[in-house]
Amino acid sequence: MAHDLGFWTLQALNALQLSMLLFLLSIGLTVIFGLMHFVNLAHGSLYALGAYFAASLAAVGGYWTGFFLAPVAVAGVGILLYSGLIKRMRKSGSMAQVLVTFGLIFALLDLTRIFWGDLALAIEVPALLDGRLGFLGVEYPTYRLFIIALGLAIFGALAFVLGRTQIGAMIRAGVDNDAMAACLGINVERLFFIVFCVGCALAGLAGAVAAPLLSVTPDMGLQILIPTLIVIVIGGLGSLKGAIAGSLIYGFVQTFGAVLAPQLASVLIYALLAAVLVIKPVGLFPAKG
Amino acid sequence: MKRAILATLGLATTFALPAAAEDIKVGLLLPYSGVYAALGNDIDAGFELGLKQFGAETSATFEIVREDTEVKPPVALGKAKKLILQDNVDVVAGIVSSGVLGAVRDMIDGAGVPLIVANAGNDEATGADCSPFITRMSFSNGQVNRPMGKWMAEQGVKKVFTLAPDYAAGRQMIDAFAASFTAAGGEIVGQEFTPFQKTQDFGPYLATAKASGADAVYVFYAGGEAIAFVKQYDSFGLKAELPLYGSGFLTSPLYVNAEGPAAEGVITALHYVPTIDNAENQAFAETFTAATGRVPSEFAVQGYDAARALIEATKTGAADRETLASALRQVSFDGPRGTTSIDPATNNVVQPIYVYETVAGDNGLTQKVVAQLPAEADPVNGCQMAPVTN
Repeated sequence: MAHDLGFWTLQALNALQLSMLLFLLSIGLTVIFGLMHFVNLAHGSLYALGAYFAASLAAVGGYWTGFFLAPVAVAGVGILLYSGLIKRMRKSGSMAQVLVTFGLIFALLDLTRIFWGDLALAIEVPALLDGRLGFLGVEYPTYRLFIIALGLAIFGALAFVLGRTQIGAMIRAGVDNDAMAACLGINVERLFFIVFCVGCALAGLAGAVAAPLLSVTPDMGLQILIPTLIVIVIGGLGSLKGAIAGSLIYGFVQTFGAVLAPQLASVLIYALLAAVLVIKPVGLFPAKG
Repeated sequence: MKRAILATLGLATTFALPAAAEDIKVGLLLPYSGVYAALGNDIDAGFELGLKQFGAETSATFEIVREDTEVKPPVALGKAKKLILQDNVDVVAGIVSSGVLGAVRDMIDGAGVPLIVANAGNDEATGADCSPFITRMSFSNGQVNRPMGKWMAEQGVKKVFTLAPDYAAGRQMIDAFAASFTAAGGEIVGQEFTPFQKTQDFGPYLATAKASGADAVYVFYAGGEAIAFVKQYDSFGLKAELPLYGSGFLTSPLYVNAEGPAAEGVITALHYVPTIDNAENQAFAETFTAATGRVPSEFAVQGYDAARALIEATKTGAADRETLASALRQVSFDGPRGTTSIDPATNNVVQPIYVYETVAGDNGLTQKVVAQLPAEADPVNGCQMAPVTN
């Protein structure tokens, strides 16, 4: 198939937009894991909750209310989860944690069904971001450009916090060697709590941002979980660099796979995952070298 | 006195069962949880309304036993066994997913229990896998899309790009459309089947469709995928230059309001829309809205007509599994969808197909019927119908 440059620009933007959405999700999950070796499989459910909160809030106060308050609400759910469940599970080994958070997926799934029903919901794109913008010679939906910009902004902010600030240094120290960090007087437990809340808020933000683009359904959290896990396995656990690299790889492989080899689209990313696991089992940019 | 009342009550309950010789036990096998729960609930509401509306026409009385398939074929098979062997139902109705229908098909056929299919559309169920006990009151995947190929070619659409999820129903719907469209002189310039329930971002496919040189795009999506697809199609600004056509599930009244203005102007074909102009449909739409507060969807009418078909069958005197199965195959009535009958060669429903455009109305989006395409019986597709024997 012969396509012009505009076609490839369009697809590259599509890939970038998917990458940024996945980045918002995977960064929270990967840092939580890196810092506390805690596998939170319910991370996808928090994303779904974010979308539902955003849908409900948008119905009351417009899109931006949902956009700003949904992450806060999801962080609130995160605090409940942390104090009620996760704190107790800290020492019980990864298998028990996986099982508990796996169970949590289904509990949250049914709760969203009970509260919001089975019918898919939708949010309108705010008037400000409606329509299309001419960009690099193509017309691209403004809202998708907004997602790309938001993802890059969050990446920049996190890179700054993790790389240049004291709390960032503490988090990195905790990821590197939590026992030693604790010996140096860092309250690793409290650090984890903060990181967990921020991770939940980012998942909620991803949900709120994805809602107008996709549809809000109870199983959207399950659908996003596998891609997110693939991103952090490819990228390497616990690092910002790994999360952004994994997201970009996933986004581009998925998008260009669908264009160039549609029959293989759903297999391609798993093949890549297998290849990474064979060649570099720790992922491309693991936090611990 | 008290004793006498108690005795009468006792007698009444003792004799109640044998006295009503035509008490028909109906097993409703529907998804009340899982991805299709909304469809299951709509069919259930339609079925109840149908029994209420037409129940007076027959001397038979009905008792409903509900079982949840959870949209899981193994679960559904267990529930079907329970209904047939333990509850001893006379007739089973429901079934939303084709996967579930495939799983229970042999059980139903072997046990000789009539089944009224109220949704599942896979072509084989009334084709190569047909059974004298399985009667379909809903639609077949091919039936909904086949007339649209010819109609679009007649409207002057020459080149079409198709998109659908990559699973049996998606392929059957698109294949039926493509076959009749090319037979009528059209050309399919490109086809993509997207990973089923794994695709949320249609951006890459939309860019490919745009670059394909097609005049129009024809798709089948349903539920959450349909909402995401229609909104994304509009957000890329494709609607103006590349009109969107499709199988009518794309803009089902069940979720068209979630699609919002993006759905305006989309032209699709389906066996039912709530705005069909006939007296039967007006009465149905009014009572359904009064009972549930929703506009009836195609799923609701399928439940309603399934109940009606059952009542029509009992009016012939049928009361047990065997006679009900024979009677169901000869059902014919004027319902909300127009003249609806069963084709005895395949046991599939024969019904008109409505081409409709989604337009803005007074209360959100509504459906404007553009054309009514005549009812056509499905091709036999390898069905060899055995006589009804138990």
